[in-house]
Amino acid sequence: MTEIPEGGRAAAGTLEDLLAGRMPDERGRFGAYGGRFVPETLMPALELLERGASEALADPAFQAELGAQLADWIGRPTPLTRAVRLSERWDADVWLKREDLAHTGAHKINNAIGQALIARRMGARRVIAETGAGQHGVASAAACARLGLPCTVYMGEVDAARQRPNVQRMELLGARVVEVGSGDRTLRAAIDEALRDWVSDPESTYYLLGSAVGPHPYPWLVRQLQTVIGREARAGLLLASGDLPDAVVACVGGGSNAIGIFHAFLGDPEVDLVGIEAGGSGAGPGEHAATASRGTPGVLHGSHSLLLQDRFGQVRDTHSVSAGLDYPGVGPEHSFLAAVGRVRYTSVGDDEAVEALEECAAAEGIIPALESAHALAGGRRLARATPGSTILVGLSGRGDKDLGILDDLRRTGRTTSDAG
Amino acid sequence: MPDEVPRPADEPVNSGDGERRIGEAIARAKAERRPAIAAFLTAGFPTRERFASLLSAAAAEADLVEVGVPFSDPMADGLTIQRSSRVALENGTTLPWILETIGEATRAGAGAGSDTPPGPTRRSPVLLMSYLNPILAHGFGAFASDGAGAGIAGLIVPDLPLEESHRLRAVLAGSGIALVQLVTPATPPGRLERVCEASRGFVYAVTMKGTTGARVDAAAAAEYLARVRRVSPVPVLAGFGVRSATDVAGLAGFADGVIVGSALVEAIERGVDPGMFVRELRGEEMAS
Repeated sequence: MTEIPEGGRAAAGTLEDLLAGRMPDERGRFGAYGGRFVPETLMPALELLERGASEALADPAFQAELGAQLADWIGRPTPLTRAVRLSERWDADVWLKREDLAHTGAHKINNAIGQALIARRMGARRVIAETGAGQHGVASAAACARLGLPCTVYMGEVDAARQRPNVQRMELLGARVVEVGSGDRTLRAAIDEALRDWVSDPESTYYLLGSAVGPHPYPWLVRQLQTVIGREARAGLLLASGDLPDAVVACVGGGSNAIGIFHAFLGDPEVDLVGIEAGGSGAGPGEHAATASRGTPGVLHGSHSLLLQDRFGQVRDTHSVSAGLDYPGVGPEHSFLAAVGRVRYTSVGDDEAVEALEECAAAEGIIPALESAHALAGGRRLARATPGSTILVGLSGRGDKDLGILDDLRRTGRTTSDAG
Repeated sequence: MPDEVPRPADEPVNSGDGERRIGEAIARAKAERRPAIAAFLTAGFPTRERFASLLSAAAAEADLVEVGVPFSDPMADGLTIQRSSRVALENGTTLPWILETIGEATRAGAGAGSDTPPGPTRRSPVLLMSYLNPILAHGFGAFASDGAGAGIAGLIVPDLPLEESHRLRAVLAGSGIALVQLVTPATPPGRLERVCEASRGFVYAVTMKGTTGARVDAAAAAEYLARVRRVSPVPVLAGFGVRSATDVAGLAGFADGVIVGSALVEAIERGVDPGMFVRELRGEEMAS
């Protein structure tokens, strides 16, 4: 029986176990990470969800319906764009997987429509969701509108202020947006509040969790719905260039787009997988959100994973210019991949990310989200370290939502979590 | 560390008997034909100094005292306990400080440090209620020995369901700290039996869905509590939403005791003495 380790970064399992489909195990573990650490009230609901989601994903009729939504409503497959001018500037062969071109402007929609279909199939009467940057909230609101499900989105006050256009979009899509004024008033507080809502009515409410975090089965379910990114990118790149990339780079907050793009490449040992976290404004406590690179094991939001915490087990405040990466936890599968060394996790600071955003906009005519800009900055670093290499960057979302933040930064000349 | 502090010879703080002490406290109440009352306090709230005297006052009147370890992300708690937890953390409350403070109070007979004279219930067992992460950070083994040294009788972990509890249960078994499990109205029958059988000291019957701080409907809870009692080999204490003497009286026939949390924390916010609040809950004093 796998047990919780106390300290140390244990793997308790191998990459082969993961590649063979033996992870998560029946208790929702990726080696030492994962599990189900929730109030008793949620246990029956999680067991029901695990059964409902497994049955749905194994049902050809469900897959056909999901496939149709992905193609006709979301616009998949998303393009794989060769970034010609960035390639010249960086002395590398740079490819962008364009999740910014998915409906609602980010990869979040892949998971939202999949889970909304599961919610409807399971007979949920309402859907709740949390959101950081607002992208998952918008995706959930859109998916629920599409399927005729009532939707409530929890969003921290700080995030709602700095991502105002997304609040307007959610409301236009018919969702009720609840601004959360408790806790740190960002993504983490929004998850706390969504969990409290769910605890109040677990039978008829479906919690549409947006990242590869939380209690089992969410990290598995979200991953299954996001691996389409990597499958398309791997096939697309093989077709276009005849070869696998030297490296795949993606940003990591909770880690759903990263797990989605990495998964197809986990069994290609020659491909370097790099997760880029938010380095924020510095390396001190509260200045960043670099969980997989600097965290220690602990339990938050229902799973055992790496965590930014003090020595008494209190979760630390985080900072990033990117609301979507501003989170003190990370998905348990990422903690496992870090432990076995298959994925390298490192961080990029606010300023470097903003610079990468501006460079991509000017050189490629694409405005990436601030989250995705972290991945671009990571790609640029890789190119400098290994000139001439082929680098696939997960461009997880578009940056329209960030114009207000960029404006504030330009005006004040600084990056702060309260910008906006 | 508490282990190094010599224990008073006349009163062994803990000899692996948390479950026995909890059982005796509940049995004493039963002998007096009333439900046991477990009083919940957030450690370090409203200040660290005040907490120490509130602990003594609560221990002098309540049958059991439940001390909440403040956590940064209290997902099972409503607004009141979220608020008290935040204040407690801002006050610099940590698990080591809590264990030390409880240890001092236990060694002093839980009556010293306040004006409350030592009474028949002055040795009310103290349980900790903590989310898992502060216990993980302290280390299970260290918690077992430090907790036993401080005289902790039991531990309630709201985010540790049965499936994840084996290791902590095994570590605590050697220290005599009872690991209390929770059940809810949504817990299905077979699972209810398993959880009750695993629970030590008592089983914490959450009376409703939702977070702490709402209001219990005693009539609706009756059928559920009867169901829990039928299968539970340990006493059943009802918690979540117990706010008044009326609630306590309403639940009296259906549970061996009640746990009062948010309402007590709110009373403390208003400056009400916890001992008096517990007497009011027992119907001995009219609400002010």
